[in-house]
Amino acid sequence: MVQLTLPKNSQIRVGKTWPKPEGAKNLRTFRIYRWNPDDGENPRVDTYFVDMDSCGPMVLDALIKIKNEIDPTLTFRRSCREGICGSCAMNIDGGNELACIFGMDEVKGDVRIYPLPHMPVVKDLVPDLTHFYAQHASIQPWLETKSNTPAKEWKQSIEDREKLDGLYECVMCACCSTSCPSYWWNGDRYLGPAALLHAYRWIIDSRDEATGERLDDLHDPFKLYRCHTIMNCAKTCPKGLNPAKAIAEIKKMMVERVV
Amino acid sequence: MAFKTDYSRVHGLGAAGEGAHHWWMQRVSSVALIPLTVLFVIPFGRALGGGHEAMLATYSSFGNALVAVLFFLVAFWHLAQGVQVVIEDYVPNKPARVALLMLNTFACGALAVAGTLAVATTLFGA
Repeated sequence: MVQLTLPKNSQIRVGKTWPKPEGAKNLRTFRIYRWNPDDGENPRVDTYFVDMDSCGPMVLDALIKIKNEIDPTLTFRRSCREGICGSCAMNIDGGNELACIFGMDEVKGDVRIYPLPHMPVVKDLVPDLTHFYAQHASIQPWLETKSNTPAKEWKQSIEDREKLDGLYECVMCACCSTSCPSYWWNGDRYLGPAALLHAYRWIIDSRDEATGERLDDLHDPFKLYRCHTIMNCAKTCPKGLNPAKAIAEIKKMMVERVV
Repeated sequence: MAFKTDYSRVHGLGAAGEGAHHWWMQRVSSVALIPLTVLFVIPFGRALGGGHEAMLATYSSFGNALVAVLFFLVAFWHLAQGVQVVIEDYVPNKPARVALLMLNTFACGALAVAGTLAVATTLFGA
């Protein structure tokens, strides 16, 4: 059956409690998942105290402050700090979020931070997204054409361009796919909401000439049909997109080909 | 350990070219079950309190028997489709998965035939 308990070497233990900053009056507690591949130890949850009077409002601000002032070994990805690169996706207070645009005022009590669920961990809050990216590459996320390339440009009407709204904004942060139970259980074969949203983005692009081939490539009980409209993807998406709807549209097109 | 590229691992054996029919038939059987369940439950519920005689009387009627047979066939077909998805979702072990998928087909098939025979026996008074 599905593995519901962690193997012994993955069980999370109570970690170190780091000292409180001196003289701070407005403290917030952070409980953060730590795992180092080099020390052979089990993962642990460390406790940090951050002075909120000298910290920015977002979870990423606190993580950077912890790394700068308390524990330089804390490892996480970040880049743009404005929700456009998708690097700082992590599990905050039980939900997958982008740390840079998730305000700490949205969390009651201690701020609990873990890596994205059900992915191999590289270190601390850094998940291994190799398979996730390969799945994205497999749907050929680029314009496929067979007609002669026009002298100027592939034209698209305003209405057809509007069909890409709600799709092109995806930043591939992996929050959706790693929140999806179907992706947890069958992620080796199920492409997951992110890759399928991108697949749909190219399927409905009026300029693309490989619609049929794209649908052929997805016509599979595991690649596509593991989606059971659980909707975690839409609930968690930090950009407010709806991958479940995109997947439903692909399924409708599959039926359209035979009915 | 297998030295495979990520691309090759994702592509696996390629797309099966299946899934749309199963998905569509799940919807078709769901729609069919809406009226069939209502039409089956009402006479069955009425006969339930009346014992064996009431049940025999109910299913001696061609209309009731027809609805009951259609209900059994469609409901167990729908059940087989649904349980298949559950097995595919939750049983990663290949031999166990294949065995359970077969068992599901056999069990739902047998139940559909059993229900049909029970109604036919009543209708034709065998």
